[in-house]
Amino acid sequence: MARMKFLCDAERCIECNGCVTACKQENDVPWGVNRRRVVTINDGVPGERSISVACMHCSDAPCMAVCPVDCFYRSEEGVVLHDKDLCIGCGYCFYACPFGAPQFPQAGAFGVRGKMDKCTFCAGGPEKDNSEAEFKKYGRNRLAEGKLPACAEMCSTKALLGGDGDTIAEIYRQRATTRGKGSEVWGWSTAYGRPEAPKSPAAPAAAPGGKS
Amino acid sequence: MISKLMRIVAVASGAMAALMLAGCGERPQVIDYKQGKYQGKPDEPPYAAAPFNGNKDMWERDIRNRTQNQNEYRRIGS
Repeated sequence: MARMKFLCDAERCIECNGCVTACKQENDVPWGVNRRRVVTINDGVPGERSISVACMHCSDAPCMAVCPVDCFYRSEEGVVLHDKDLCIGCGYCFYACPFGAPQFPQAGAFGVRGKMDKCTFCAGGPEKDNSEAEFKKYGRNRLAEGKLPACAEMCSTKALLGGDGDTIAEIYRQRATTRGKGSEVWGWSTAYGRPEAPKSPAAPAAAPGGKS
Repeated sequence: MISKLMRIVAVASGAMAALMLAGCGERPQVIDYKQGKYQGKPDEPPYAAAPFNGNKDMWERDIRNRTQNQNEYRRIGS
């Protein structure tokens, strides 16, 4: 198995925020922390695009490089995780991350930064798998249950893909080559079938004069 | 009287010595950092616990099948 990755198809994302809600619900994420969010470019303008963003579990993660207490590690599946018992909440990882993935809960009334919280690819953290301690600190460990991240599995349009990098790249490749590009992506023929689509031999012939 | 005073001094000096020696047994309050190395607790692989019980092949097969559920061309047929 290669590395676990997310891939968001901007052609499909409809900005429903289902992924954000699924993540918050599944991991019991505290108020003020969004491990995942949907970013829209050219909002309201024809041709706007939305994309769901969280920790991308970088192969060469800058957060790992800048952490002064070295609390980050990468699992053998390529998921970037961290030990909250070590984190000092300095915020260096937030400045280093190009995706704004590290989040800091407001621990006190005066805005004191708590320990960093981020997407774990639903892989928990360095506690006993599926234990109470792991859930409280890091959220649910779906990978240990043989499941994929809740955000990707809940995505209604399957814009957000999550899983083994090679496999989701193959899914995306098949999708992109099937739907074509440019004006082929949208429109009547895409929604209701294309002329070149193979007809099933068992399908009955359309009655003459019937509605099309 | 002198012997009593001597005993108090001996006990006091003994207690002082024990107190000072206790400092030598103090555990370090900070982690011994090794630059560039993960310093936290070790994590176990996702297939270590139930229901996979260390069966990596079974876990990988389950994840692969689950990933294909995101491929609607395979789910509904194209």
